[in-house]
Amino acid sequence: MSILVIGLNHKTADVEVRESIAFDAEKIRKGLAGLRGLPCVKEAIILSTCNRVELYLHTDDELNSAQSIKDYLAEFHQIAVEVLNGALYVYAGVDGVRHMFRVASSLDSMVVGEPQILGQLKDSFEIGLAEQSSGIILNKLMKKAISVAKRVRTETKIAENAVSIGYAAVELAKKIFGDLGDKVFMLLGAGEMAELAARHLTGSGVKEVIVANRTYERGCTLAAEFSGRAIEFSEFKTELLRADIVICSTGARSYVLNYGEMEKIMKSRRQRPAFIIDISVPRNIDPKINDLDNVYLYDIDDLQGVVDTNLNERLKESLKAEEIINEEIEVFFTWMQSLDAVPTIVALRKAAEDIKNEELSKLYNKLNGIAEKDKKAIDQAVNSMINKLLHPPTTALKGNDEEKDVLISVVRRLYGLNGQ
Amino acid sequence: MILTFELALTSYFIATILSVLDLIKASKAASKGIAIFALVGFIVHTLNVVLRLIASGHLPTASLHEAASFFTWSIVLIFFIIEYRYKVGLLGSFVLPGVFILMLSSSVLPREIRPLSPILKSSWLWLHTILAFVGEAALAVACGAGIMYLIQERHVKSKKLDGLFHRLPSLKVLDEVNYRLITIGFPLLTLAIITGALWSEGIWGTYWRWDAKEVFSLITWLFYAVVLHARLTAGWHGRRTAILSTAGFIAILFTFFGVNLLMKTFHGFE
Repeated sequence: MSILVIGLNHKTADVEVRESIAFDAEKIRKGLAGLRGLPCVKEAIILSTCNRVELYLHTDDELNSAQSIKDYLAEFHQIAVEVLNGALYVYAGVDGVRHMFRVASSLDSMVVGEPQILGQLKDSFEIGLAEQSSGIILNKLMKKAISVAKRVRTETKIAENAVSIGYAAVELAKKIFGDLGDKVFMLLGAGEMAELAARHLTGSGVKEVIVANRTYERGCTLAAEFSGRAIEFSEFKTELLRADIVICSTGARSYVLNYGEMEKIMKSRRQRPAFIIDISVPRNIDPKINDLDNVYLYDIDDLQGVVDTNLNERLKESLKAEEIINEEIEVFFTWMQSLDAVPTIVALRKAAEDIKNEELSKLYNKLNGIAEKDKKAIDQAVNSMINKLLHPPTTALKGNDEEKDVLISVVRRLYGLNGQ
Repeated sequence: MILTFELALTSYFIATILSVLDLIKASKAASKGIAIFALVGFIVHTLNVVLRLIASGHLPTASLHEAASFFTWSIVLIFFIIEYRYKVGLLGSFVLPGVFILMLSSSVLPREIRPLSPILKSSWLWLHTILAFVGEAALAVACGAGIMYLIQERHVKSKKLDGLFHRLPSLKVLDEVNYRLITIGFPLLTLAIITGALWSEGIWGTYWRWDAKEVFSLITWLFYAVVLHARLTAGWHGRRTAILSTAGFIAILFTFFGVNLLMKTFHGFE
């Protein structure tokens, strides 16, 4: 029995290939049924996201299984095996388990530490459970993967700190203002990046949104989108008396706000802090205003620098995560090994022997002086009792049962052999 | 009594070491340890103050040793109140080292209990001293928050968001704590000066004698008055207030130790 992971992701396959083998929920159900039909597959779970498609399998024999599963995938999606072969990776045994743990912990993600993957993995697991394609091994593996991911999340800083421009802006705003609930946000101009950042900021609950655009109508559309208020572009300096957070992205060729103007505005604001993000290129706001007290000016490169620092931090943290994963792999395989019949039989016999020795020594103490001969007789009687009692489970464990994994796990549980 | 003092000193020392460790490398165990040792130190320290009070029969601020110890005690008190009220992350790392240094300086000063000059024995002593000490303690913690503000402001301004940036509270919180402490400390200091003047009038028949201590207290008081005035009228806050509250605390320390050690003053501790 072996764990097998077959899949592709954003690193091994471009979007075209990923699309062609993506599964929706319906296809997952069909695919699981199909996989279970293959003689080598005992259990299966399918994970399908925009960045990866992976099959988690419990199989008989890893090497031969891999090829037949690849063939099945090609047939299911009606694409050439050659196309798939170039993109698919196959991990077996320890490597497979490590890969799953890394995926769950978001170490294998495009943005390391992004949180969605765990939810997607849970969903796939749910389908596997509902379709009964996941059994004792994959159930354990999935639960372990989820708990490893949680451990990584709490014990490392892999998911901390913003790794997108928008989040970085929100994070900074919170470090300047604390709560954003009473803050006024102004969007100056428009543009993809500015709107994205604006969406993050409005999403984090600012009190009021003001939109100033050179084209008033465009401003109104944007204002409606952010449930804010549109103003004439020429009025923005007046509104700067109230706005605490400003994102600026206009097409102007020169500065729309200079040092002297901002200095005056800050006086009128009674020095209340202002956080200004200038993502225009060329810059629209005089960089010198960052020297003013209580004014914090960030341009696009500054924010990118913040994001890069944070990404680096995450990569450093991922080393710690790999260590946690190594530990957990060991725990998992200790459990896997316990599922072999022989150690289970040995453990069962040992448990019986322990009970026998304990009870007999109590008995002999109580009897206080007993002939060696009698001791032997009692010993024999107890031994034969043990043998008779253990005979049926032992034979069952040695047999060639279909559901042997289940049987072993049940025996271990019933006799308390899991080391509690 | 000696035991309680040494125990308090040791607890503060351990809390300080942990708080510095916590600053260098974030650790949950360390921050828990800081709280425990600071609290143990505070409890034993309180016991020490009470024992001294019983033994001498007056508020233990009659020698420089006692005064420094009582000042330390007041700072830890204010620190706990602020921690409880605002939960300012890392505040301990910026206050406790100061607490330990003050306690250490108290420990090297002569410790014997001296009889209090009979003319000073009055309830004015209690009122005047407690007002002054607690007020100055609030300004001491304000200095800690001010330093934290300056570090965090440096991070945001210089756009280097590493190190303590993620762990220090927001500028808003630090400024608020700093301001709140000044608004607590300043009125107490004012009342301390007023009660001092009234007391002086009762003993010597004059409100103000231009003693070195009085002069430096007045300078300190004026300093904080300017800080508050600038904030209320011109909206001065943030970096400027943080710098001023740090400078103000240096003035307090000088008034406290410098005047007694370097200048002639009738203003007590020896």
